[in-house]
Amino acid sequence: MAEPCAELHVVENLHLSLPDMTRKPIFGAAPRIEILRGISFALAKGSVVGIVGGSGSGKSTLGRAMVRLLEPTGGRVLFDGIDITHRGEAGLRPLRRRFQMIFQDPTSSLNPRHRVRTIIAEPLRLHGFADIDARVVRALDQVGLAREMAGRFPHELSGGQRQRVGIARAIALEPDFILADEIVSGLDVSSQAQVLNLLERLVRDLGLTLAFISHDLSVIRRLCSRVIVLRQGAVVEDRPTADLFAAPAAEYTRELLASIPLPDPDQTWG
Amino acid sequence: MADGRGTIRRRAGLRLWLAGGWLALLALAAILAPWIAPADPLAQDLLGGRLPPIWVRGADPQYLLGTDSLGRDVLSRILWGARIALIVAALAGTATALIGATLGLLAGFLRGWVDLLISRLIDIWMAFPPVLFSILLIAVTGPGLGPIILAIVVIDWTRFARVVRAEAMAQGAMDYVASARVAGRGRIGTMLREILPNVVPTIVVLLTLEMGISVIVEAILSFVNLSISTDQPTWGGMIAEGRTSIHQAWWVLVFPLIALFLTVLSFSQLGEGLKDRFDPVLR
Ligand SMILES: Nc1ncnc2c1ncn2[C@@H]1O[C@H](COP(=O)(O)OP(=O)(O)OP(=O)(O)O)[C@@H](O)[C@H]1O
Ligand SMILES: [Mg+2]
Repeated sequence: MAEPCAELHVVENLHLSLPDMTRKPIFGAAPRIEILRGISFALAKGSVVGIVGGSGSGKSTLGRAMVRLLEPTGGRVLFDGIDITHRGEAGLRPLRRRFQMIFQDPTSSLNPRHRVRTIIAEPLRLHGFADIDARVVRALDQVGLAREMAGRFPHELSGGQRQRVGIARAIALEPDFILADEIVSGLDVSSQAQVLNLLERLVRDLGLTLAFISHDLSVIRRLCSRVIVLRQGAVVEDRPTADLFAAPAAEYTRELLASIPLPDPDQTWG
Repeated sequence: MADGRGTIRRRAGLRLWLAGGWLALLALAAILAPWIAPADPLAQDLLGGRLPPIWVRGADPQYLLGTDSLGRDVLSRILWGARIALIVAALAGTATALIGATLGLLAGFLRGWVDLLISRLIDIWMAFPPVLFSILLIAVTGPGLGPIILAIVVIDWTRFARVVRAEAMAQGAMDYVASARVAGRGRIGTMLREILPNVVPTIVVLLTLEMGISVIVEAILSFVNLSISTDQPTWGGMIAEGRTSIHQAWWVLVFPLIALFLTVLSFSQLGEGLKDRFDPVLR
């Protein structure tokens, strides 16, 4: 498939290791655990890419390195051609608006003491947006939340509604890139479907580039045009979704596919 | 809906009202003491010593709660004593909370060398036995309102610092902090706007408990004669005096004791009640 678009997010030979505090000797440095071992890929502008892998394969770590919540220990992260690998927080600030993240657990990612209005408005304020109230209302509309919800606290919302607030907060900033880390795995099936529909629509309408982390291949299959399979911090497969599902190349991918119950489209009941 | 929240809330409500009611009454009495106290708390009446409270035979209707061995009006002394007790509670409690919570918040959220420094300080500080510490301090500075407040702050700031540090650490691990970073908020901004609102309830609960503790500490120090000068009536001083004449005049001991007990209890119950009220899920 020819790629007419430029590449928005590029990861080159990314390494990330963390000190293992449980095995730290009394004196001296702790031994380091390698979590990401040389990951490379490029996300085209406007693409929706799934990142899958078993538990502990490094998906969240990769995601957090991409939005620079973590600093890589090797390799490079380029956002729209800008090297953000080792930028300090001050240097990142002007760029922060452009790459956003939606978190897995909205009970943890929404401040329980802030109302929905504040949760969505604060990032806008930090980036100097004008007419913030109107933007909050628009973001709520876009994710299909009633405007009255703005006055509520997170605990006064359902799980699906909370996740919509998380999405609204991210898209209100009009970012170019969104990283979604397991954002539907905490939801029941019907809210899952709603949130996925919403995401599909937003990607289409807003021209977002989306990296969608999940361990659920059926979700990835529906949403993403390309899949990156991670195993123990390395990429084992990186192909268009249709190809991958038709003929998984790596043994690990076949295991993943086998271990996850997929709805069979040809199945007929009764 | 009968899901149990109503009952919890009502129980917390009653507790809050009773405790808050007593403290409000006491505060009012303390403020108005110069006008509502029936007698001069220091005026001695050598012929009217150890008069019993009004409902006991042989009482003088002029002295509602009786008089002490020097003929001073017990009720008036309790009212004036409330002034000292509440001033100490308010000032010592607030100062302790401000200092302890600020250090705890910085240590717990910023981590790193800030935490290392503050944690070491807390450890070293807590190695001193607190009562000895306060007695030593007052022995050096001499008795008075200021030294007592200082002694309480010096001893108890670690309580706030430890609890708030742990709480700030737990809050710092929440995703809303990561989310604030993704939104481009700086460290100090995140600490004040995101973390602080989540630890304020803990601080308020500790503050009310600390106020109760301050009242007790002030009473204890008065009791061992290390408090305010002797020409100001304090509950601790009254209890100390009343103890010596318990068999002849029980009321001199019992009434200030009741006032002290109710006040300390109210502060702790207020803290507990507020804790329930602050829980966003129960609200
Ligand atoms: N702060 C840390 N210190 C030490 N090890 C860590 C730390 N964070 C993650 N790890 C380790 O790194 C590996 C990858 O973790 P990560 O959270 O990225 O996995 P994941 O693919 O997101 O898994 P899951 O599907 O369970 O969310 C795991 O083995 C984990 O134990
Ligand atoms: Mg994860």
